[in-house]
Formats: sequence, structure tokens, C-alpha cells
Amino acid sequence: MDIDIDQVAALARLDLSTEEREVLGGQLRSILEHVDQLSAVDTEGVEATRHPIPLATPLREDSRGEHLSHDEALANAPESDGSSFVVPRVV
Amino acid sequence: MADLPLGPQSPVSELRAALQSGTLSAESLTQRTLENIEGTDEDVGAWIRTSGEPALAAAVEVDARRSRGESLGPLAGIPVGVKDMICTRGVETTAASKMLAGFVPPYDATVVSRLRAAGAIPIGKLNQDEFAMGSSNENSAFGVVRNPWDTDRVPGGSSGGSAAAIAAGQVPLTLGTDTGGSIRQPASFCGVVGFKPTYGRVSRYGVVAFASSLDQVGPLAANVADAAELLEVLSGHDPLDSTSIPEAPLQLTTEVERPITGMRVGVPEEYFGEGLDPEVESIVRSAIAGLESQGAELVPVALPHTSYAVATYYVIATAEASSNLSRYDGVRYTHRTDRVEDLRSLYERSRAEGFGAEVKRRIILGTYALSSGYYDAYYLKAQRVRTLITRDFQRAFETCDVLAAPVAPTTAFALGARTADPLQMYLQDILTIPASLAGLPCGSVPCGLDSSGLPVGMQLIAPALEEATLVRASAAVERHCGFANRRPGGGDS
Repeated sequence: MDIDIDQVAALARLDLSTEEREVLGGQLRSILEHVDQLSAVDTEGVEATRHPIPLATPLREDSRGEHLSHDEALANAPESDGSSFVVPRVV
Repeated sequence: MADLPLGPQSPVSELRAALQSGTLSAESLTQRTLENIEGTDEDVGAWIRTSGEPALAAAVEVDARRSRGESLGPLAGIPVGVKDMICTRGVETTAASKMLAGFVPPYDATVVSRLRAAGAIPIGKLNQDEFAMGSSNENSAFGVVRNPWDTDRVPGGSSGGSAAAIAAGQVPLTLGTDTGGSIRQPASFCGVVGFKPTYGRVSRYGVVAFASSLDQVGPLAANVADAAELLEVLSGHDPLDSTSIPEAPLQLTTEVERPITGMRVGVPEEYFGEGLDPEVESIVRSAIAGLESQGAELVPVALPHTSYAVATYYVIATAEASSNLSRYDGVRYTHRTDRVEDLRSLYERSRAEGFGAEVKRRIILGTYALSSGYYDAYYLKAQRVRTLITRDFQRAFETCDVLAAPVAPTTAFALGARTADPLQMYLQDILTIPASLAGLPCGSVPCGLDSSGLPVGMQLIAPALEEATLVRASAAVERHCGFANRRPGGGDS
């Protein structure tokens, strides 16, 4: 099975060590071999489950509600300047 | 143990009677519960943290309201443990992950608001597998949980703390979450009752998301009546969760006493196949015979797609998890690495440092299954097989009212015994996953001990929205097996 673990790790934004890449690559392969048994199931014409208990999409009224204050929303930030989350310069 | 005074090991009905008559105050019960956890948890590890101060303040408030003659909720003064997946305002909530260390939610999950409205006292946060990913509670960043029946064994997972705390007599009620068996399997391993409601019956607002099409909050307790009463309190429509079913809260307590005469109990032979421990099989079969002796009719049923459930689940659950866990980016409320070079390294290193091994494994698997070129072969295929698994249940319920089966192929296994091979660990979930994929209400009720003295649970699965049938059948199992309030050491409360 052809798995590019470096590409998957990059997509997942995970900085994995060389050792982790090796171990996870092998485990991913063995799990996917088990998963491959699904290809034997005839699903021709079978709808995919989108929702286990189908419901209409509920809509709320378009009106103002109570929400977190600015301070509460920033309280758990690793770094903030009191009004925004702070990240390294991007431009 | 029969001579113990009323305390955290007691049934809710007895605690409530004492609280109402004034022979017990909510403050002293809360105090005793906290002291008992302090004294016993070193051997169990069920708690990540207790929240003594707010708990005592809430208890004092309940006592004051009672003395003023105000009307109080059904769980007024009863301590409840909350799995660390569930947000508690002002009390650190980590999902047992380093990623969320220090995170103090600015709001309560709806289920916690409902506990408070019922007068219950949230007393602390229970240990679990990190982000609810695991079947043994060995994946917590805060240490393993031990099974109170044998502390060299696992309590099951992912709600291992929620089950072990009940079994250890530390608290009468706990909240767990169940995605593929995370309430039922630890309930079975620890000899307690646990229910997973119909998907959408209980709000997920404020619950850390793992796999959103599967996650449900549910109750654990030492007997069916207590678990049913807690489920009543948790249930009901919540406008803050778009998948919440628009139905009134459940009425379940009357179901506990109702006879099961004429109930058709389906026995799916696929759940008694290869890999099932013979002792577990014989204990569960004898409990099923106990249902027949109470007037139920046994019906053989077939669930032919059962063997595909694990593969289906580990594609869907990991795909949803990889998407849900992308929010942990080191920017807004999570761990942030010290080794920042640019925005990308901030994301990648914060995530690599914050997540444990099992979480990384599932993110990688889910990312792969959703990646370009593989989506149809894995995710879409799995969602189609999921439909077939759901149809199996629908067909079975044409001839029966409830299904009875084992919860897990074995009793609790030894700590460390199954950590080497992730796939072998996943395959343990074979009997709980199908009902999760179909969104059905289900539960585990203890029905005996094996020859090593370890509990065995019976799984009951009902049609969607039929929690009443689930509770009625569960109470019948409990009546037959006499396991209500039973604890390690042979005593009961």
C-alpha cells in the first residue's frame, strides 16, 4: 500500500519525529489492510449515512443574543494583546 | 459495607430521602464525598481534579434554599462527577490532554447547566482516555485509571474514570460520553450501569468534539433507577445543538418497575461468535434466560453486517476527529510551543507537543481517509456500509423490541496487556460500535462475575427514541441478577 506519511503529517499539521513517522506509517498500513475488507461489501445504490437520526436543519431567528465578552473569549489565549489573539508575523 | 452510613456510595433515592427529611445536609454530603475521594483515589486515579470550593458553595446554597422552603430540583444536593470531555464554567477542562492544560471554560455545557438546574452538585472532573480515544483509559495525559475490582486491570475506556468512581463508591452519579462504546464498555468492566441515549437525545453543546456524528453524553450509576433518573435530567431539546432532537425530556423512572411480560427480546447470534470469552457468554446467556423467566419472549435475529462495523467506525470516527481536532492550533485556547519560527511551525509544533500518541495516530488515519483521491474509497464507502449496518437493526426491530448481547468479548484485561498493537485494541470494540453507528439507545447492565471475580455486563439495544424500553429491560436484568449497588469486596450499599 502506497502511503506518503510525510504528506499526511503535513496535511494534519503535525510535526512528527522520524521515529513517529516510521511507527505511525506501519500502523496506518496495518489498520488500512483491515479497513480494506469494506471493499468486499456491495454498496451499489446504497445511500451514504449523512446523519444517524435525520432531522431538518433548524434555523433560529436572526436576532442578537448573549455571547461571550471580549475578555472572556481571550482569557485562555496563549498570547493576546488585550484585543486580539497574537500570532507570528505572516506578511 | 451494609453498615456504612449514608454517603457517596448510597443510592440516590436514599440520599434524597435523608436530604429532604433533614437528617443529612447537602454540605455535609459534599464534604464527605470530597474527603472520601481524597482518601481513596490514589489507588484508583478516577479523578483529574475535584472542585471543592464551588461544589461546597453550591451545596450550601441548596441547604439554604431548602431551609427557606423553596422548591428544589430532583437531584438537589446529590454530588455528580463529570467526565473531563464536558465543559464546566470556571473549572479547568482538559479532555485528559496536555493540549488543553490550563483551559478554563467561560461557559457550562448544556448537560452541566441541566445538572445545576436539577440541584445536583458537580464535584469534579473525571479521568478518561485523551479526547475519548481509547478502550482502556491508558491514554490519559494524567495517568491511568485502575479498576476497583482489581487494581492491576483496566477500568475500560474511554469513560474509565466515570465508571471506576461509581464502582469505588466515590460518588453516586457520573456523566460519561460514548462514541463507539465509551460508556458501555467501562460500565461493563467496572460492574456499573451506563446508558448511551439515542443520538441527539442529549445536547452536545459544550462537549469536546471527537466524532460529531457519533458522540453522545450519558449517565453512569450503581443501579438502573439512578441512571434512568440522571438521563431524564440530561435529556431534552437544546437550541444550541443543531443535532438535538426536538422532543420533551424523557420520563423514565416509572419504567423501572414495569413488568416485561410479552417483551420480545432479540438475540443476535453474530454477537456470540468467535473471540467471545466462554465465561462471558454463559453469564450473559443466563441473564437472557432471566428475562425469559420474567415473561419475555426470546427471538433469534440476524445482524449480518456486524463484522464490518470496526472497519467502518475507525474510518468515520477518525475522519471526523481529524477535522474536529484541527481547532487545536496553538492560537486561541490551547497549548502553544516555545519553538516558534513562523505560523506554520507554531501549528505543527504546538500540535506535536500537545497531542498524545493515540490522538496523533487517529488524526493521521482520519487525515489520510479524507485526503484527495482516498475520500470515496474510505470515508464515502464507510458511510454507505454504515447505512447497511443501520438497516440490519431496522430489520431486526421488525421482530423484536430490544436486543440483548454481551458488551465486550472479555472482562477487564490487565494494564499494559493490549497497548502494543492498536488494531487489536480497536477490535475489542466490535460489540459496542454497531449501535453507535446506527445512533441507537443502548446500555450496559451488570449481570454477574466471572471466576476471577470480575464483572460482566449485558448490553441492551433499543430502537431509536425507545429509551423507555431500554430502561424497562435493564431493570429486569437487574432484578434477575441482583447486582444493584454491588461493589468490590462483596458488599453493597
